[in-house]
Amino acid sequence: MTAIDSALQPAHGTAPDHHAKPQGIGRWLFATNHKDIGSLYLWFAFSMFIFGGVLALCIRAELFRPGLQFWQPELFNQFTTLHGLIMVFGAIMPAFTGLANWMLPLMIGAPDMAFARMNNWSFWLLPPAALLLLLISFAVPGGAAAAGWTLYAPLSTQMGMGMDLTIFAIHIMGVSSIMGSINIIVTILNLRAPGMTMMKMPMFAWASLITAYLIIAVMPVLAGVVTMVLTDRHFGTHFFNAAGGGDPVLYQHIFWFFGHPEVYIMALPAFGIVSHIIPTFSRKPLFGYTSMVYATSSIAILSFMVWAHHMFTTGMPATAQLFFMYATMLIAVPTGVKVFNWIGTMWQGSMSFETPMLFAIGFICLFTVGGLSGVTLSIAAIDIQLQDTYYVVAHFHYVLVAGALFSLFAAVYYWFPKMTGRMYSEFWGRFHFWWSLLWFNVTFFPMHFLGLAGMPRRIPDYNMQFTDFNTLASVGAFCFGLGQLIFFANMLHSLRHGRPAAARPWEGADTLEWQIATPAPYHSFVEAPDLEVGENGRIDAMHGGKHH
Amino acid sequence: MACRRVLLLLAGWPPVVPAAGVNLPLPVTAIARDIYDLHMLLLYITGSIFVLVFGVMFWAILHHRKSAGHQAKHFHENTTVEIVWTLIPLLILVAMAWPATRLILLQKSSAGAELTIKVTGYQWKWHYDYLDDGVAFMSHLSTPQSAIRQVADRGEHYLLEVDQPLVVPTGTKVRLLLTANDVIHSWWVPQLGVKQDAIPGFVRDAWFKVDRPGTYRGQCAELCGKDHGFMPIVVVAKAPADYQAWLAARQKTAAANLEDPNKVWPLAELMARGEKVYTQNCVACHQAGGKGIPGAFPALDGSAMATKDKPGHIDIVLNGSKKNAAMAAWGKQLSDTDIAAVITYERNAWGNHTGDVVQPKDIKAARGGKA
Repeated sequence: MTAIDSALQPAHGTAPDHHAKPQGIGRWLFATNHKDIGSLYLWFAFSMFIFGGVLALCIRAELFRPGLQFWQPELFNQFTTLHGLIMVFGAIMPAFTGLANWMLPLMIGAPDMAFARMNNWSFWLLPPAALLLLLISFAVPGGAAAAGWTLYAPLSTQMGMGMDLTIFAIHIMGVSSIMGSINIIVTILNLRAPGMTMMKMPMFAWASLITAYLIIAVMPVLAGVVTMVLTDRHFGTHFFNAAGGGDPVLYQHIFWFFGHPEVYIMALPAFGIVSHIIPTFSRKPLFGYTSMVYATSSIAILSFMVWAHHMFTTGMPATAQLFFMYATMLIAVPTGVKVFNWIGTMWQGSMSFETPMLFAIGFICLFTVGGLSGVTLSIAAIDIQLQDTYYVVAHFHYVLVAGALFSLFAAVYYWFPKMTGRMYSEFWGRFHFWWSLLWFNVTFFPMHFLGLAGMPRRIPDYNMQFTDFNTLASVGAFCFGLGQLIFFANMLHSLRHGRPAAARPWEGADTLEWQIATPAPYHSFVEAPDLEVGENGRIDAMHGGKHH
Repeated sequence: MACRRVLLLLAGWPPVVPAAGVNLPLPVTAIARDIYDLHMLLLYITGSIFVLVFGVMFWAILHHRKSAGHQAKHFHENTTVEIVWTLIPLLILVAMAWPATRLILLQKSSAGAELTIKVTGYQWKWHYDYLDDGVAFMSHLSTPQSAIRQVADRGEHYLLEVDQPLVVPTGTKVRLLLTANDVIHSWWVPQLGVKQDAIPGFVRDAWFKVDRPGTYRGQCAELCGKDHGFMPIVVVAKAPADYQAWLAARQKTAAANLEDPNKVWPLAELMARGEKVYTQNCVACHQAGGKGIPGAFPALDGSAMATKDKPGHIDIVLNGSKKNAAMAAWGKQLSDTDIAAVITYERNAWGNHTGDVVQPKDIKAARGGKA
């Protein structure tokens, strides 16, 4: 009894144990601190980005010249499949969850994420899933899944054991991202400091909140459809087998009901990040905050109504094609509003161009290229020619590499001083940007031409007419890949030797995380501050608030 | 209508002379031409939007920078501007949707076809069946394996050439009925403006009407397994009279080639024919040396199935494998003679020297049991 009592008694006068910074491997294995877990997510995402990137380079090496030089077609298909799955589920999604973990509590004045232990679990589910996908599935008989990241049935019912491992990995990663999302939602809805109202909170919080709802809505759909593939494979069901009364196209409907919102799961947090970086470096408040919130919400809602635009060539009736075409075109409106708002923010500002700003501007330009090619693809009549060609590959890499990835780089450079207490090397940061910008375009712009000229995607070999642009794209891809080592070296070096950062290293930064010490104290806001807040989380005054 | 004409006139400029390799290929049907024009229209609209929007942004970057001494103004909303830049994109989209809708309805109107051809996708080849004319054949990639390894063996149409192309008459509305045998494939010939998924168990349709004689090439567009990149489509359009002549010749050879199902073949002839059948159908998975690909596709050389269990061998070739969906039921695709030949070949090639001879009548008997 007394032992329990004394354990429950806060130990007044001495530094309480649970506030001390844990040491050694236990700090990471049993991590419950949102900053530690955020760092784990970011490192994990970066290592997956490197793995996925190596797979991409394997693909580009084979496509450098016509003919089969390096890989057999079945291995090539495994590379394209795993590249997609790893980048989506291993790199981009965990990276955004990691940023949300790190920054959300700091931006809204919460002591930590709402469910600290669940947070630990949602992270530690990821490494086993990645192992299943990467190491084990390449080693099993028949190799890894080779049906493309979309895993279309009935092709996916033909594969070997690698497909089962992939399905299991998707289940695990799905559980992880659902728990991460629950944490984000509860944290944002319940743990905002007094004064931080919903219509004042930072756009990054809004974007994370809406993204988390999307994840909770669609990850179970993905889990369901891959489970149906699993039972078709092993337990005699015929969901996707026409001979047993099933329908192969049903798979595509269910998959894309997940798949299209998934696109926005990878894009909305990017919008949130850019909505802080552009105002900061323009030294001017975000233009049209309220319309940004509504635009983000409408994109999220519309994203549930457009899935079949991925299926225009399956032979839908004309009315269905028209509906999905109109709905898809409609998404251009709120997306356009966002781009106009960012430019409206820059207009009449006092801009400076540090690395985060460069990446944010690169994001807006190139994401818009992807958006405009998206409008072209949304026209069902044109999509008939472009579906499943390199034009589509170009389109979604403009959206996901120049969109999601560039925004992630922007975010890491932007918050690096707050996370580590040190500045990164501005020279190498800018070099990284210009290098990436150049080689990204050299890699992916020619793919528009390849697609228009008639090169299907997911082929290991091609006719000579496609040689020049493929060679160019391969050179670009290798240079782009090398450039990411600059980023890695810059981060590693600055982590130890960077110049110490000020509490507010960016003149125009006005959200809550810049009001506290740098690096952010291990336990920030253990006592909530009283805030006077303006739009987009701008802090006009802060009273109280305690850190350890 | 006038508005649409002006738009399409704009879109049609420059007149259709695509630069090789950077735009949609030269269209040879009305639909493909409409797609080409609509794509040009979209390219002009989206290109102008890009230049306009980012012109403004780069103007701001140039002038509203701190290093140029520009002081930030602190406005952060303007309802009028926001409504305007919501409405203008909406109107542009409506202008795009109008010609797009018209074209979709046209693409979907397959009624009134004068010739119907059933197209079946197989891993990894296409089967064409002229439903009303009694002509049917399989169309395989004809690029030799050696060309994939050696540059010297590559012709101009590397990977885009087949042994038997689909032949159609010009100026005729041709309707395709598409389906697939195993997984989803997609029949795509860019110059015809047709891409339609071929879905196992379902029949979808598509149509085209070719303007002028010529050879038009395309590829399977839906990932369908390991040789997805090696199942091209070649369409040869002939003037109606030439087409009729081709059709008559095809029908004549088809009749002449009807084989006596009871003929007893000597081993050497079966082996020769079996090797041909094997190269067209089996080599992709089981490999030229019969070693298969460990883990994915079993070896035949020295396997129990191909050296001992003859009824089991006939059964798996005829009806497919229950354990591995990649092994198709060849009974649906190949004649009794072809199946007898290929089984004989597999039982006597490489290190398999069983001396077994399987005759067409054995296959007929095996089919009888199942059917």
